[in-house]
Formats: sequence, C-alpha cells, structure tokens
Amino acid sequence: MAVVETRNLTKVFKAGQPGAVNNVNLETREGEFLVFLGPSGSGKTTLLRMIAGLEAPTSGEILIGGKVVNELSPRDRRIAMVFQSYALYPHLSVYKNIAFPLIAQKVKKELHKEKVEWASSLLGIGALLDRKPRELSGGERQRVALARAIVREPAVFLLDEPLSNLDAKLRASAREELERFHRRVGTTTIYVTHDQVEAMAMGDRVMVLNKGLVRQLGTPTEVYDNPADTFVATFLGSPPMNLADLGDVVVGFRPEHFQPTSIGIPDAIPFRFKVENSEYLGSEWIVSGTVVGGRLDGKKIFSRLASARDLQLGNTYFFVVPKRELKFFDRVTEERVVPRDVSWQ
Amino acid sequence: MAVAKGKIRPLGAAQSPLLGAAMFSPAVLYIVLLVGGPFLLAIFYAFSDARIGNAEIHFVGLENFRSIWQSPSFRIAIRNSFIFTICSQIVVVVGANILAISLEKAFRGRGLIRFLILLPWVAPIALGAIGWKWILDSIYSVITWVLVAVHIYKPFSAPMWLGEPRLAIASVLLVHSWRLMPFSTVILLAGRTAIPKDIPEAAAVDGAGFWRTQLQIVIPMMRPIISVAVLFGLIFTFTDMTVVYILTAGGPFDSTQTLPSLAFALGIQGSDLAAGAAISLFLVPLLVILAYFMLRIAHRAEVS
Repeated sequence: MAVVETRNLTKVFKAGQPGAVNNVNLETREGEFLVFLGPSGSGKTTLLRMIAGLEAPTSGEILIGGKVVNELSPRDRRIAMVFQSYALYPHLSVYKNIAFPLIAQKVKKELHKEKVEWASSLLGIGALLDRKPRELSGGERQRVALARAIVREPAVFLLDEPLSNLDAKLRASAREELERFHRRVGTTTIYVTHDQVEAMAMGDRVMVLNKGLVRQLGTPTEVYDNPADTFVATFLGSPPMNLADLGDVVVGFRPEHFQPTSIGIPDAIPFRFKVENSEYLGSEWIVSGTVVGGRLDGKKIFSRLASARDLQLGNTYFFVVPKRELKFFDRVTEERVVPRDVSWQ
Repeated sequence: MAVAKGKIRPLGAAQSPLLGAAMFSPAVLYIVLLVGGPFLLAIFYAFSDARIGNAEIHFVGLENFRSIWQSPSFRIAIRNSFIFTICSQIVVVVGANILAISLEKAFRGRGLIRFLILLPWVAPIALGAIGWKWILDSIYSVITWVLVAVHIYKPFSAPMWLGEPRLAIASVLLVHSWRLMPFSTVILLAGRTAIPKDIPEAAAVDGAGFWRTQLQIVIPMMRPIISVAVLFGLIFTFTDMTVVYILTAGGPFDSTQTLPSLAFALGIQGSDLAAGAAISLFLVPLLVILAYFMLRIAHRAEVS
C-alpha cells in the first residue's frame, strides 16, 4: 500500500493552448478510495494516466510511496490499472489474462496457479478461467480486469471509468461489489468517473475537476453540502443547485431545501412559486416553476419533494428556503464567500 | 408524383436475363479462355509428346512425369521453390514486423519513408529484378565495389553474387524478400492500427516490456492478418518466375531453377512442351492447398 502524491502536476498537449491538467496538488491517504470527478475534458483521465506512467507530465512531480516516480516506467511503479474498455487480451484465456502480470513481473512460476486462483475466487470468476474474453458478459469482463489488476498485489489501484460500459442495473451491483472489494483488500485506489452518483457512493473523498483545475477535494458530504464554487455546486446534485444572481453575490440552495409551506418557518426566505412542471420519479417528485414577485421574479427554480400530489400545474404556492441552507458565492470569482444579508425584495 | 409512379420501373437487370448474362460474361470468358483453357491444355500436353514445331502428337501416358521425376534439375527446382518460398516468407514476416513497428509512431518524414518502402511493390517486377541484376553483377556490382573499397575483399577476388550456386540462391532469396516486404508491411501496419491503444498500455502497466508486449500480446493478436500476408506472399513467390529468370536464368548449372522457371526453360525455350506442362502440373496440388487456406481466411473475415 502506498500514498500517491502530485506536486504542481501539469500536462500541456499543445504548447500555447490551455493545459489538460494544471498545477494539480493532491495527496491520497493510506488505503483511501479517492474519486476524480469531472465532466469529459476535465483532465481527470489525463491525470490518472500520468500517475500510471502512460503519459509524461509537462511539469511537476508524481510521488508514489514517497518516491518520485516521474522517470519510472509504468511497470516499475507498482500500480495496477483497470481501463474503461477493460483491455483484456483477446487471444488469451481468462487464466492467462490474470496470470500475465505475474509472468511479466517474473513472479516464480510455482506461485502463479495459487495467485490466479486467489484473485479469481475473490471476484467469483473461478469457473470462467478457461474461457476467452469474447465469451464473457460485460460484468464478467470487468471482473477479469479487476482480477488481473489485483493478482500481483499492487501498491495502488487506478480505475478509469470501469463501470461505464455496463448497463444501469449491472452498474449498481458492480458498484457495490467494488466497494466491498476495496474494503477487503484495502489498497489505495484512485477512481475516475464522470458519474456523480458513483463518486458520492464510492469515494472516501472526491476530487472535482474542471478544465484541468482542481475545484474541490473533500468527502462526499463536504463537496455536496459545502461546494467550494458554483461549478461544484451545479455539477453535483440532480437537479443541480438553484443559483440566484443577487447583485455582487450569487446565492444557491439545493432543490430539496426549497419546500412548500403552509405555516411560517422562522429564519426562512419565503417565495411565491408558480408550478409549471412536475415529474414523478417513484420515491420523489421533481417540480420546476418560476418565482413570482420579488427580486427573483421569473427565475426558474427546481424543487425536490417527497410528494407533489397536492400541487396543481399553473397554480402559485408559498415555498420557503431555510436561511442556513443558503450558500453564497462571489459573482466574479464564483468562489464560496461567507454568508451575508441580502435583500430578496 | 402520381404521374411518374406508373413510369418508374426497376432498371433492367432483374427482368432481362440477357443483360445479366452480358454483365457476367467477361468474368466467365476470362476464366474459360485464360485460365481454364490453358489448364486443360497443360493436362493434355503433359500426357503427350508435344514439341514445338512438331505437329504430331501421341499419347504417352505417365512417361513425362516419370522422366522429369528422375531428372536432377527437377529435384533441385522443387527444393528451390520451397527454399525461396518459405525462407523469403520468414525474412518478410520478421522484416515487415520490424518496419511496421518502427513506422507506427508518428515522426518527421514518416510519410516519405512509407512511400519509399512501398516503391518496390509499385515498380514492375521485371524492372526491379533488372535493377538487382546490376547491383549483383559480377563486374559492375555496387556491393562488390563497396566491399573492395573498405578492404574486405581484394579486387577480382570478390564473391560472384550470381555466379556461385549458394550465393545465387541467397541473392534470389534476397530479391524475393525485397519484393514482398512492402506488401506485408502495409498489411501489418493496418493490422497494428486496428489494435486498441488500451491493450499495449495495459500490458505496460501489467509489467511487460517492449519485447514481451510485442511477442506475447500484439503479434499474436495480429495472427489473422499476418496469415493473410503470408498466404499471399507464399503464392506470389511460389508462382513467380520473373525474378529467377532475369537474375540468373536458373543458373549457374540449374542451381537456382524453380518449378515455374524450369517449366519455362524446358517447355518454351527447350521446345519440350510436354515436359514443361508436366512440371507446371506439379504446382497444382500445392496451390490448391494454399488457395483452400486463403478462402478459409477470407470466409472468416467475412463472417466476423
């Protein structure tokens, strides 16, 4: 096990153009499950590939287990990586796929069988060892890729969107399995995804990236409840945080904090809200509409409700947001600022 | 549209069997006149005593086969056909893999180098062979000149590239390899680009170095496409007589004869049509086997 650290890590693909990864400083914790989260083009995969040694950094340092590894080839970094496509070797059986890292790392031959069996039983693919990758389902391929990654007990796991090729149902169960798997082996893991649900569910900490810059690094609770800027605020959460422009500050609140009320709540901002659309999602409703009157007149707002049965489309209702749930952002820098009193009228 | 509706008919072919036959006939004519006819004629000649300039033909049974089987030249020709074909394929597969690996990554001038490598394939084989004949000539050879200039050989004692049996065989082999290299390189380059980038990267992360990645992952993955290149190469080399004919004309002392060149030498130049035909019939079973494998690969490529 080891800690991964980057210092001012930068990757510029074409001189003169904005970097894919800019000045990233991060330090994983021992045995941590760290998620890189960002939209496509945010540099999360490039960052991972630099840690893996598949991409040379333009500047900055990468440390694994306290040692600078910039000059080391991937195979000397004691890492294992699972690719988005799984990158199984199509001409080799599952057994040989899993044994390949052992052969390549010149592990003693007597140990191969035992280790392959250990890795494959850990992932429940012991019965598939004689098959070729093309004879496997998506979920089975993913497990083979994982087995191939753990078989030589690497110091760090790097996972590049390993669930994105699975269908929705399988993805949920694969996610849970990955979590169990990580708890069991306890290896430091870096996981790249664009899916906020995966990030929130699996990450011990989440690093939100955009345009090659780290926007926030924190626990799922921190990034969701205390977003560092408007990008994080709107990237996480579905529907995203409502943002309202109020002069020199932007005020944000989550849809679940925008609730209808029949009684006055102290320390809450009241709104008149015209309901224009509602979606029934089974366990909850997503209601959208516009504010009527006040400074936010005509502003589109989302609300997440346990039930919207009583709300009629086209009608106007009283909604409130508790003051403590308001997040304030600077309008220019988009960064979080301390709460202040603002006029809503 | 209502007006046009009645007038639009599917164009010809489906209704007119004549047009279909007409479109098909060039292929049939080609096969019957240029492949089938000569093939039947060769079988006919092989069992006869046909000679150029002699109108009388008698059926002689297997006499021709018996006599060529006993001729030492024929045995050398068979041996050479196999040596040239198999050895040149080994040289070509190794060389084309090296070229494909080095031409895979982008670098300055890659386009130019790819073009130069393709040149031997584009040039007519006879011209290429004549070029090599000069390069390997006993008096004007550039290679000999260089070897003498760097004092590896003394003047007049340098090897005769086309004049000594072993060297002549090696020279023919070299020219065959040179000729086929571009074709294989292009095919292998295409095969390489079809391999997802993830796979060699996964191998690198798994701990494989350059050689292991190439030998255990990339090249085995290219097996289908390599076999296409090899099968084509086998057929091109096995049936070719231009290179031998121009470089050595089968000499010295028939030491570089191949089945096609011997058939030409005996049948056309030596006027013994029957013997030539019998020799060329020996090519048939071997080519049938090769054709079978080619069709199988083509079929597999269509299915997958």
